[in-house]
Amino acid sequence: MSGEIAKAFARARSRAEGVLVGYAMAGDPNIERSVEVFAALVEGGADIVEVGVAFSDPIADGPVIQAASERALRAGATLRRVLDEVIPPLRQRFPETPLVIMTYVNVVLALGEARYAKLARERGVAGTILPDLPPEESESLRATFDAEGLDLIPLCAPTTSAARAQAIAKDARGFVYCVSVAGVTGMRAELPPDLSERLELVRRVSPVPVVAGFGISNEEQARTLASHADGVVVGSALVRAANADGPAAAKRLCADIKRGLKR
Amino acid sequence: MKSETVAGRFGRYGGRYVPETLVPALLELEEAYAAARADPTFGEEVSRVLREFVGRPTVLTPAHRLTESWGGATVWLKREDLAHTGAHKINNTVGQVLLARRMGKRRVIAETGAGQHGVATATACALFGLSCEVFMGALDVERQALNVFRMRALGAVVRPVESGSRTLKDAMNEAMRVWVSQVRDTYYVIGSAAGPHPYPTIVRDFQSIIGREIRAQTQAAIGRLPDAIIACVGGGSNAIGALHPFIEDASVRLVGVEAAGHGLQSGQHGASLTLGTEGVLHGSRSLVLQDENGQIQEAHSISAGLDYPGVGPELAHLATTGRMEVRTATDDEALAAFYEVARTEGILPALETSHAFAAARALAQDMGRGTHLVINCSGRGDKDVATISARGVPAAVGVKA
Repeated sequence: MSGEIAKAFARARSRAEGVLVGYAMAGDPNIERSVEVFAALVEGGADIVEVGVAFSDPIADGPVIQAASERALRAGATLRRVLDEVIPPLRQRFPETPLVIMTYVNVVLALGEARYAKLARERGVAGTILPDLPPEESESLRATFDAEGLDLIPLCAPTTSAARAQAIAKDARGFVYCVSVAGVTGMRAELPPDLSERLELVRRVSPVPVVAGFGISNEEQARTLASHADGVVVGSALVRAANADGPAAAKRLCADIKRGLKR
Repeated sequence: MKSETVAGRFGRYGGRYVPETLVPALLELEEAYAAARADPTFGEEVSRVLREFVGRPTVLTPAHRLTESWGGATVWLKREDLAHTGAHKINNTVGQVLLARRMGKRRVIAETGAGQHGVATATACALFGLSCEVFMGALDVERQALNVFRMRALGAVVRPVESGSRTLKDAMNEAMRVWVSQVRDTYYVIGSAAGPHPYPTIVRDFQSIIGREIRAQTQAAIGRLPDAIIACVGGGSNAIGALHPFIEDASVRLVGVEAAGHGLQSGQHGASLTLGTEGVLHGSRSLVLQDENGQIQEAHSISAGLDYPGVGPELAHLATTGRMEVRTATDDEALAAFYEVARTEGILPALETSHAFAAARALAQDMGRGTHLVINCSGRGDKDVATISARGVPAAVGVKA
C-alpha cells in the first residue's frame, strides 16, 4: 500500500470532514488544459484526484464521461502520455494529494501490467480503479500492483451480496468504491433509499475507508452521505462543469460539495 | 482436446471482465443455465421448438455443381439459411429466451449488427410473449432497413445507438450499460459466442446443434465424418456451433474464415484472429483489433455480421492452439462468391456466409477428389440485396441477348 491514500483520509478525518474524490478526464479538451482542471479540483478542496484515462469502449460510463472520453481520444490522450504529461506536474504542485488513475483494464494490459505498475509508481500514482475488473479477474494484477506499492481499489455494487462485499473489502487496497446506483456513471436527482444502509454494511467489515460514487453531483447529496461513508466520488458533474464553463466552475463545484462533507 | 480449460476459460482467453454490478447477474445466469442443462424437460422443450418452429434439422445439401466446378473435394452445404428467420441465430435465441422465461425475467434486451440476431431475438420473444428491446448502431439502422422493419413488426423496440462508431460494437456497449441499470428483471440475450462468461459457453452449446446434425447427416450420407468443415467467423457463433462437436476428431480439419475487408494490409478489415492481439473487449479476454494504446479499432467488412473488432474466446483459443485453421476473404472475393453460389447452386447466401464460400474453393481444391468438405451455409442473403445490388448486377448467364 502506498499509505498516501490512508493519510489523505486521516487528514480529512482530523478536520471532521468526509473525503472528496474529484474525477476529471485527462486530455479533455487537451492534455495541458486538463492539468488545469485537475489543479482546480484540488484548489476547490478535492482530497484525492481521480485521473480518468479514456478508453474507446467505456461500458461503465454514462453520456457525460463517454463524450469526455471521445474528446480526450481525439486530443491524443493515451495512458503513457497521462503518466508522462499529466501526473508529474500535478505531483509537483500538490505533493500530498493522492492521484488515482481510473481507466479500463484493456488500457493497462496494452501497456503491460508490470510496466504500468512500475511507471505509475515512479510518477507518483497512488492507486488504480478499473471498473471492468471484478475480484474474480483481479488476483494477478493485484499481486503485480502490490509488489510496486500501487493500490488496486475495488468496487462494490448495489447488486453485491453482503458476503461478497465482505470478501471485496477484505482484499481492498486504498479504499472501497461503493457504486451507489445500479447503472453507469452520471448525475442522478435521487440516490437509492437503501444506499446509506449498504454503505454502513461495507464500512463495518472494511479495513480501509469506504466512499460512495456514481450519481453524486451536489452539496446536498454529499451532506446526506457524509455520515454513512468516509467520502464521496464526484465525476460526471465535474466533467460537465469543466467542459461547459472551465476549470473555475469545477473548482466552485468542489468547494460546494466539500461544504456538504463537513461533519 | 478439450477447449474449455476451467469454467469460462479457454486457455488464456475468456473470463468475466465486467462491472461489479453485473457479476451477481452473471453468477445467477451461470447457475440457472447449469440447472436448465441438468433438467431434461428444458432440453426437450428447446428441441421441440427447434423442430416445430425453427424447422430443424436443417438439411445437408450436396453441392453437385460447385463440386464439379471446383474440381476438388465433394462439397456439402449445411443449410442454416433454411432455418426460420433465415439464419442460424434463431438456434441460440430460442434457447436463451426459454432460459429467460425459466428465470422469471420479464424483459429481454439484445444487441444486433446486421439485424439477424435482433430479428431472431424478437421472433423468440414474440413466440413466448416477452417484451424485447434491441440495441442497434445508428449506422446499421440506416443500412439494414429490412431487418429494422422485421423487428418492429415482431413487436420489438429498436433503439438506435449514436455513440462511437454507431455500429455493432457500440450497440453491445449500450446493451451492457442498459443491462447494468436494469439487471434485476432483465435478461440480456447475447448473439455472438463472445461476451463475459457464461455467454460464450451458452451460445456455443445452443449453436452446437449445427455440428451435431452435420455429424449425423454425414454419417448417414457418406458413412463417415467429413474431412473438413468451414465457416465464416465474426464474433463466431455459427463457426463454434458447426465446429465444436468435432474438436476431438483429429481427422476433421476445422477452418474459420474472417473478413479481410478491403485487404489485410488496408487496415480496414475484421480479421481479429489473423491480425488481432490479446485484449479485453465486451467482457472477455480474446484477440481484438486494437492500437498500441489499447484502444479498440473499428472493423470493416461488407457484411455487417463480420464487422466486429473482437472474436469469441473459444475460437481465439482454437486458432492460437492451431486446432482451427484461419483463412480470410476480402469484400470483393465474398461478392464474387455470392454470385458464384447463386448461379451454380441456386442459393443466395448471406454476405457473411459468402466469405466461407470464397475461401472454400481453394480449400476444396487443396483437399482433392474423394474427400468431403462441409460449408456452413449460415444464413440467406435477402437482407443483403440492397448492399449487393448497389454495386451493379452482372449479366444473366446462358441467355442470348
